[in-house]
Order: sequence, then C-alpha cells, then structure tokens
Amino acid sequence: MHHLEVNGLTATYDGKLLVLDDVSIQVGKGEIVSVIGPSGSGKSTLLRVIMGLLRPQSGEVKLDGNAVNYGNKKSVKALRDRFAIVFQQFNLFQNMDALRNVTIAPVKIRKRDARQVEEEAIELLNKVGLGDKLRAYPDELSGGQQQRVAIARALALKPEILLLDEVTSALDPELVNEVLDAIRILAADGMTMMIVSHEMGFVREISTEVIMMDEGKVIEVGAAAQIFDNPKTTRCQDFVSKILRH
Amino acid sequence: MFDVFLEQAAEFFIWDNAFFLFRAMMTTLFMTIVGCGLGFIFGMILIYLRKTPGLIFWPVRMTMIFYVEVFRRVPFLVLLFLVMFTVKGFGLDYSLFTIACISIVIISTAFIGEIIRGGLDSVHQTQWDTADAMNFSRLQTLCHVVLPQAWKVVLPPAFAFFVMFIKDTALTSQVGVLELTQAAKYYNNLGYSAILSFGTVLLLYFVLSYPMTRLGWWMEARLRDRRRDDDEVESGVTPYELRQT
Repeated sequence: MHHLEVNGLTATYDGKLLVLDDVSIQVGKGEIVSVIGPSGSGKSTLLRVIMGLLRPQSGEVKLDGNAVNYGNKKSVKALRDRFAIVFQQFNLFQNMDALRNVTIAPVKIRKRDARQVEEEAIELLNKVGLGDKLRAYPDELSGGQQQRVAIARALALKPEILLLDEVTSALDPELVNEVLDAIRILAADGMTMMIVSHEMGFVREISTEVIMMDEGKVIEVGAAAQIFDNPKTTRCQDFVSKILRH
Repeated sequence: MFDVFLEQAAEFFIWDNAFFLFRAMMTTLFMTIVGCGLGFIFGMILIYLRKTPGLIFWPVRMTMIFYVEVFRRVPFLVLLFLVMFTVKGFGLDYSLFTIACISIVIISTAFIGEIIRGGLDSVHQTQWDTADAMNFSRLQTLCHVVLPQAWKVVLPPAFAFFVMFIKDTALTSQVGVLELTQAAKYYNNLGYSAILSFGTVLLLYFVLSYPMTRLGWWMEARLRDRRRDDDEVESGVTPYELRQT
C-alpha cells in the first residue's frame, strides 16, 4: 500500500477549463516524487487539488489506503493535518515576523504548547540558516530567506508529506542554492516529498521517481535516470531535450 | 450687524447656555459613536457573510450585496424620516435619539461594510489559501492574518466617514433631535442673531471633529509603527537592540 495514492484525478477551473485529466500517481513513505513539465501542464494544480484548495471533479486521493472526501470539511481537515505545502511565492503572513509565521499554526490551530513550539521553531529556523532572522518581517527578508522561512513553517506542522510547489521559481539565481540546500537536508532526514520544480539538475539528483506532465495529463513516470537519459514518449523526449540543451 | 452681535454675545456666553450647548454637542458625538460604532460591528458581520463561499450561502451573499447597494444610495434624511414613521407606525415609543441612531446604523453599516470589503480585498488571495492549507478556519484567517493586514487600508476611510457623519448628524435636527444644529435653531428662535448661534455651533462642530481627525491620524501612525511596538512587547527589547544582537 502506498502512502499517497492519486487515482484518475480530474479537475477543472470554473467547470470549463480542464486542468487535470485522469492523473494517477503513487508516493511511498520516504520517497521523493518530482513532477516536471512545461508551464500550464497542471503540476501546481495537482498539488492544490491534493491540498483541497481546488475541488477535484472526479478521481480519488488515498492516504494510507483511506480515500479523502473533498466534499467533507472534516476529511479535508484530517488530510491537511498530515500535509504541508510550500508555495512558489512563499506566501508568508506579511503581518508576522519569521518566528511568528512558523509558530502561529501549531499554537493557534493545533493548540500545542506555545513555549515548546517556539523552541522547535527556533531550532527549525536555525536549521534553514535563519537563526539570526527570528524577528525579521517578510519584507525585510530576501526571496531565498522568505522561502526558507516558508519551509520552516511547513516543517513546524510536522507533516507526513511535504509538497513543494516550484519553490525556487520566484528566486534570483544566486538564492536558489540556499533553498535547495534546505530541501537536501530534509531529503537526508527521510521526509516524504512531492516536488514540482524546473530545477532539472536538482530533480535528477534528489528524486526517487519523476513524473512528466503535459496538458493536465501524466505523460511518463519513471526513475530520474530513465526520464532524463532514456525517455520513452516523444513528448517527454522533446521536453527533456529542450530543457537539457539550456 | 456687529453691534447686535457684540451686544448679544455677553448675554449668550453664559454658563447655562454653555451647558446646554455642551449637552447638544455630546448628543451629536454619542449619536455618531453609537451609530458608526454599531455600524462598524454590523459592517464586519455583513462582509463576513458576503464573503462566505458556497452555493448554499448565495441568497445570503445576494442579500448583503443588495443591502449595501441600496443603503449607500439613499439620502440620510429620507431614511431618517422613513425610520421615524415606521417606528411610529408600529406604535413603538422610541426616543428621537434612538430613531436617529437606528438610521445612522443602517447607513453606516452599508458604508463601513464597503470600506472593510475594500480592505479585505487588498489582502492577496494567497494569504487566504495559505491559511486554508494550514487548517485555519475562515474566522481564524480573518482575525490572525487578513484583518491585521487590512487595517491600514480600512482605517483612513473609516475615520473619514466617521468625521463626515459628525457633520451629517445635523440632519437629525429635522426630526427634532436636540443636537448642535437644533440647539443653534433654538437660540436663533429665541432671538439671538443667526451669526452668533450658528457661528458658535460651527466652532463646536470643528472642536468635535478636529480631534477625531487627529485621533485617526494617530491611529494610522500607530498602525504603521505596530511592528516596533509588537517587538517591544514580545521580546522586551527594541528592534534597534534586536538588530544589534
């Protein structure tokens, strides 16, 4: 049984534009599954649908064999208790400093002990190299620093599965590595992750499995080496050759 | 003309009249505070309901939109008469002050609700989504994330509306509420010159509204400096000290 199982997931925007078309994927415990593909292929939408931010039209998402009912608030809440997502644009709460961004959900939503959460948050921020920025507000931090706070915030929720949605896309090239290093640390710790990324070198290095998507469909699934060195489908060959040429 | 003014001034500026005008001034102030204060609370509720998603809440959302669109477009005086005759029509024995307050609440709920909506809309949807993904309820998102960011957009127009309404309460004199304008009419009817009675009231309106404007500025400035205060409260040290460590 897989930790996360997505079967035949279909989703639309406004009931018209098909953005996910019969998507099926599996993620095992401790695995790192990366989703690649051109812009608009439905990669980020897939993560949004899994998190319940966009209601799927059909198909199912199973967690440890139990299907999530996206029409039921309790079921979605239970799912979100086990997941955390880091967004492309960081989405830090602008009215809170770095430390509060990390502690707010565990304290206010999960009702955990504030002192203990704060100690853990400081440890997490130290882990992502921001121990000296506890009191800095988002607009006082660089993009890379904000994204690392966002990662620390996600980790403070102690997720079983971490979803990373193009976490380096909005960063200046010189800031990309600091975020990737933070993810490498998580990978070394055995965190289960689903990563949407355009950083092909990084995807190749870190992924257990790579999924290629285009026009809302899964085009090819395989080990990183297979997808990048020996893609089977023409679309995947085309995409990989274009990406690797640059 | 000024001879009469000076002659009457000595007679006009006596403690009894000062006390009477002070009471009228307080009536003006309390009407505005009660009307706009309740309007603020109801405006918040209105916008919360208006922003509640889901097909089942569609009639609620439409009702809220209809309310705002209607009551932002009716003259205050017309509404005031309407409320007064409705209240009387139902045989209710409400004071004129209460009738005026009800009217102000009806109007200010619509206006302030719209101001709050503008403030909430200024906060990016991604902030809602992020909180949603972390299992914040809508109310928790509003209280912890969205409203603290929206205040700086809400506060200036909300205070401008409040100060504007101090002046608009003059219309309640039309139904006989003893507020500042009604007091001026009263003195004028007693034979005091119009310049003296209305001029005095004009000054009192200024005395009432200018500190409110200043209070609004002060609150805006305080909101801008909020971070500094928060830092001091939470850590006991100033941001300057924090940056030095």
